[in-house]
Amino acid sequence: MKINRIFKTIFLYEFILAIVKAIKEIFKTKKTINYPFEKGSISPRFRGEHALRRYPNGEERCIACKLCEAVCPAQAITIESEERKDGSRKTTRYDIDMLKCIYCGLCQESCPVDAIVQGPNFEFATETKEELYYNKKKLLDNGDKWESVLAKNIKLDKIYR
Amino acid sequence: MNTMIFIFEEIYKILFLLIPILVSVAMIVWLDRRVWGLVQKRKGPNVVGPFGLLQTLADALKYIFKEIVIPASANKVLFILAPIITMTLALIAWAVIPMSADFVLADINVGILYLFAVSSLGVYGILLGGWASNSKYPFLGAIRSAAQMVSYEVSIGIIIINVLLCVGSLNLKDIVMAQKDLWFVIPLFPMFVVFFISALAETNRPPFDLPEAESELVAGYQTEYSGMMYAMFWLGEYANILLMCAMGSILFLGGWLPPIDIFPMNIIPAPMWMILKILMLFFLFAVIKAVVPRYRYDQLMRLGWKIFLPFSLIYVILTASFLYYFDKLPKAGV
Repeated sequence: MKINRIFKTIFLYEFILAIVKAIKEIFKTKKTINYPFEKGSISPRFRGEHALRRYPNGEERCIACKLCEAVCPAQAITIESEERKDGSRKTTRYDIDMLKCIYCGLCQESCPVDAIVQGPNFEFATETKEELYYNKKKLLDNGDKWESVLAKNIKLDKIYR
Repeated sequence: MNTMIFIFEEIYKILFLLIPILVSVAMIVWLDRRVWGLVQKRKGPNVVGPFGLLQTLADALKYIFKEIVIPASANKVLFILAPIITMTLALIAWAVIPMSADFVLADINVGILYLFAVSSLGVYGILLGGWASNSKYPFLGAIRSAAQMVSYEVSIGIIIINVLLCVGSLNLKDIVMAQKDLWFVIPLFPMFVVFFISALAETNRPPFDLPEAESELVAGYQTEYSGMMYAMFWLGEYANILLMCAMGSILFLGGWLPPIDIFPMNIIPAPMWMILKILMLFFLFAVIKAVVPRYRYDQLMRLGWKIFLPFSLIYVILTASFLYYFDKLPKAGV
């Protein structure tokens, strides 16, 4: 055993094995992707940028129950509501401070009407802080923009709930 | 007037040597990073230019526009001088490297001694850089590199003696021409391995990168440097690595000579063979960087003084006895 070890040391046995292995690795497929040009796959449960969804007839889903506001551990959500003329309760203000948000997904979990959801978008970096104080308009726009993906993701995730 | 023409001619020759070397240093940095990445299943730099070849130029441009910060407590003269010394020494050594039988800037008869002297002086750049920074990490890095480079310099010197015994001349061209029939890598193979490992230590490459061990010493002697001065250290370092590869290919791999002097091989121009051999050695340098962990300092010293030095000394005796016994010692003046 000892002599074996000495021979291996003298003839750099393990170094040579390592170099051969390294040269083999060079020709293998790489694990990295060219990020801005190609993107990795994202799970339907991915918790990215928030969005407020609408019903197919254009009416906003949110009923201002304020469950998300109550459950939010970072207290990033602020909601104000009023009663409309038709008797329905709707929000007048729905703000999310994206700087406070910890992307835990509890707002999405608590929402009884699937109004507030977290979409697949994670590339919403901005140059100023102010741009990350999302208001209702911004969130509804997000919902309109990502609706097809959001609906698909919710459908895919439904069977596990 | 004649002197003017002479001076211009010399400057032209120097530029003809220096510019390709600087460009190839840039390429070699790319190759290093690329091979490093590929071995680790990454892609390496591949965005700037074709295959990312211009990455180093982009980096250099970035360094040029960066601010040069000189620490308040630093010795300003030495601090500025250190990277200049490193780069200059790394570049002037190239003057004697023959790329082919008649493609050499200075064909001097003590070429290998000159090379050895210049590469020994290289330690001053690092030492001064570490000392002049007047800060603890650069200082520790400088001390480490001084001890390390001096130790491995010794075994490289004795390895060179081995080769010189077989050649009988200190001229680099003669050393290459003596390998016409048999490259020295075959009879002196153990010495080639020891030379290669010593070259790794001499140029502070992993597994001997203790002077700039980033996990212990931030960046060693380069810690306080920024901008163009950092880039010069970097350039000098890689020029030194290339120089060591060139030295290895001249001493052991037959310089510009093709492996066998037959038809398809001897139509490839001589400098191409030289470049090919340098690249091959550098590729090994790069692969080794990716696979080995760093040596501990006492292991490094043990390897240098207790193993390489006695081993190469014994090999000198063996070579000399062999040559003497079979009456193959090179005749003086041939």
